[in-house]
Amino acid sequence: MGKMKLMKGNEAFAEAAIRAGCDAYFGYPITPQSEVMEYLAAQQPQLRTGMVLLQAESEVAAINMVYGAAGTGKRVMTSSSSPGISLKQEGISYLAGSQLPCLILNVMRGGPGLGTIQPSQSDYFQATKGGGHGDYRMIVLAPASVQEMSDFVKLGFELAFKYRNPVIMLSDGIIGQMMEKVELFEQVPRLTEFDQQWVTTGKTPDRERNVITSLDLDPARHERHNLKLQAKYQKMRENEVRFENIDCDDAEYLFVAYGSCARICQKSVKLARAKGIKVGLIRPVTLFPFPSEEIGRRAAKLKGILTVELSSGQMIEDVRLAVDGKVRVALHNRMGGMVPSPEEVVDALLKSFSIR
Amino acid sequence: MEIRNPRIQEIISEENLVYKKTSLMTDKALSYCPGCGHGVVHRVIMEIIDEMGIQADTIGVAPVGCSVLAYEFMNIDMQQASHGRAPAVATGIKRCWPEKYVFTYQGDGDLAAIGTAETIHACNRGENIAIFFINNGIYGMTGGQMAPTTLVGMRSSTTPYGRDAALMGNPLKITELVAMLPGTYFVARHTVHTPLAVRKFKKAAKMAFENQKLNKGLSFIEIVSNCNSGWKMTPVQANKWMEENMLPFYPPGDIKMNGEIVKKAEKAE
Amino acid sequence: MAKIKGAIVIDIEKCKGCELCLVSCPTDVIRMEKKVNGKGYHFAYMEYPDNCTGCANCAVVCPDGVITVYRKKFEE
Ligand SMILES: Cc1ncc(C[n+]2csc(CCOP(=O)(O)OP(=O)(O)O)c2C)c(N)n1
Ligand code: SF4
Ligand code: SF4
Ligand code: SF4
Ligand SMILES: [Mg+2]
Repeated sequence: MGKMKLMKGNEAFAEAAIRAGCDAYFGYPITPQSEVMEYLAAQQPQLRTGMVLLQAESEVAAINMVYGAAGTGKRVMTSSSSPGISLKQEGISYLAGSQLPCLILNVMRGGPGLGTIQPSQSDYFQATKGGGHGDYRMIVLAPASVQEMSDFVKLGFELAFKYRNPVIMLSDGIIGQMMEKVELFEQVPRLTEFDQQWVTTGKTPDRERNVITSLDLDPARHERHNLKLQAKYQKMRENEVRFENIDCDDAEYLFVAYGSCARICQKSVKLARAKGIKVGLIRPVTLFPFPSEEIGRRAAKLKGILTVELSSGQMIEDVRLAVDGKVRVALHNRMGGMVPSPEEVVDALLKSFSIR
Repeated sequence: MEIRNPRIQEIISEENLVYKKTSLMTDKALSYCPGCGHGVVHRVIMEIIDEMGIQADTIGVAPVGCSVLAYEFMNIDMQQASHGRAPAVATGIKRCWPEKYVFTYQGDGDLAAIGTAETIHACNRGENIAIFFINNGIYGMTGGQMAPTTLVGMRSSTTPYGRDAALMGNPLKITELVAMLPGTYFVARHTVHTPLAVRKFKKAAKMAFENQKLNKGLSFIEIVSNCNSGWKMTPVQANKWMEENMLPFYPPGDIKMNGEIVKKAEKAE
Repeated sequence: MAKIKGAIVIDIEKCKGCELCLVSCPTDVIRMEKKVNGKGYHFAYMEYPDNCTGCANCAVVCPDGVITVYRKKFEE
């Protein structure tokens, strides 16, 4: 493996894109993720690997370039932050409806509206419940370190092609901007072979024409298409749940947190345990599919769960569904770019469950 | 059919064939209204791909509009695009397959209203693609609402008393606009309502594909066409109305050739 | 003297009766049938086949591409 390098999360993501053999990146500047395209531009990926890099006229154009490029069967990606991701939703819905693989990074900032450029986790609903119109889901990967900003690029592409579905990396301004040591993976070659069953390479006499579309005006056929998509999402639920357990085995209380909040909670676990409170942390790594089984399985043995989020409380709904009333689930949250301290989280745990 | 002239039997045989629908059009019956220009434009584009022998290297993009189902009729690899975004989709494809031929097929609402930004910027970047732009002065698919190209005074379902320029703006000549951009290499306006016009359009369309080999920029062809249903006329009346009303405002002819603005656009026939 | 004679074949079931072929024929060969096809359209047919020169004008403007054109040289 390669040696350790000190990098920003956004830069690690960009470097990983080149190394993952990405064929094309289309983007539009927005804080706090502009470093992605800036890093790529400085690297001249067209010379390094032949990767296409294009600054689009908008996020709408960028996601539609991704849609077109994804139709060629290549590895393509885009990145943005919350308002830009909102603009991409129609395109993402088309990608899902036409079953195209791609990787999308959202380095979340606070909203609603123009909100703030400070970090946030308030796009959880948007990412995990569909976001755009129609019944669709995407695998949502939540990196909690610069290392994962790199590793999840490779994983994201693998999953995107495995299911022929967009994969979203749901990061935030903290993870995107922070500097950490990262071990970069070795260069993966760019694709040279394409699945002639669906890609647009040009119709050859030996096959039927390939059409990429999400449209079907025949209700019965379109229902079948939807059922097929739902079956695919079900497979994701069965096979792709990823999470991390920290100090959960003897835990009486649990934190559930992802991304930057999980990092904070990791410190809170230590602080609380020093006070003699048996608390663990479940960090969902995939937000869709959500580790409901793991959380539900532990619920009966717990005295309480505290979800910690940089939002009004979005993931908490999935946690509550997972525990199905078996244990009380409380929320500690900050919004608008405010970030809780580990101590603050411990206090919230004590207060929420009247500990001591 | 009853054959009145015995000679006809002799004439109708393979070796005497002079014109037959290209096999690059599928056998599916077109979904367009009787007399709609979309069908002619589809066929001409497919004839060129057939004649140039580039089916295996061509990818088409059709966004929403009446021609959203173009992929059912064009026997080539195609991608359906969201409303207005075909130039971006085509950009994505072409950047990934720079050696292939990529074209978009867009309506006026699509290209000149919701997709204006994508149109202008694909043209400005000089993407090596061809854009076929069907200007029927109306939103055909959604039932005849005003388009950016609707003439002043022209009725539509959202301008039942005629388009009032003071309230709704003037019709947009986006073709002249994109001709101003350095990224366009060939810009022309055509029609397909007479045999001569179709033949002229075919020459231009061929150029739009050949230009892609030169990597000199974008080829943009507007086709002023009818929408009998939206205009509430018979096809024959619609073509006449088009000649008398649309073509004076949208005159056919070359606007930009080999990257240079053509000084005087040739007048309508 | 050699004479060029043409003939057209119309895919009746796909004809939509738009009459654009009729008005494009320089020798006035085409008329619309009083009968209708399966889709309810009055389809085009050669009323004056002797006049057909096989110029293909009708086929070129037919939006539905339903006209096939043949042409043969006859020695008189
Ligand atoms: C985002 C979005 N907005 C609106 C529509 C509805 N819509 C479909 S086609 C169309 C207009 C098409 O008009 P034009 O591009 O001129 O094509 P035509 O049908 O006239 O050939 C509209 C408004 C849509 N499909 N998507
Ligand atoms: S509505 Fe107009 S544009 Fe659409 S198929 Fe009918 S005639 Fe053509
Ligand atoms: S132009 Fe074609 S569809 Fe129209 S009437 Fe003639 S044969 Fe029929
Ligand atoms: S081929 Fe020419 S002459 Fe014959 S019917 Fe068609 S338009 Fe008329
Ligand atoms: Mg239109």
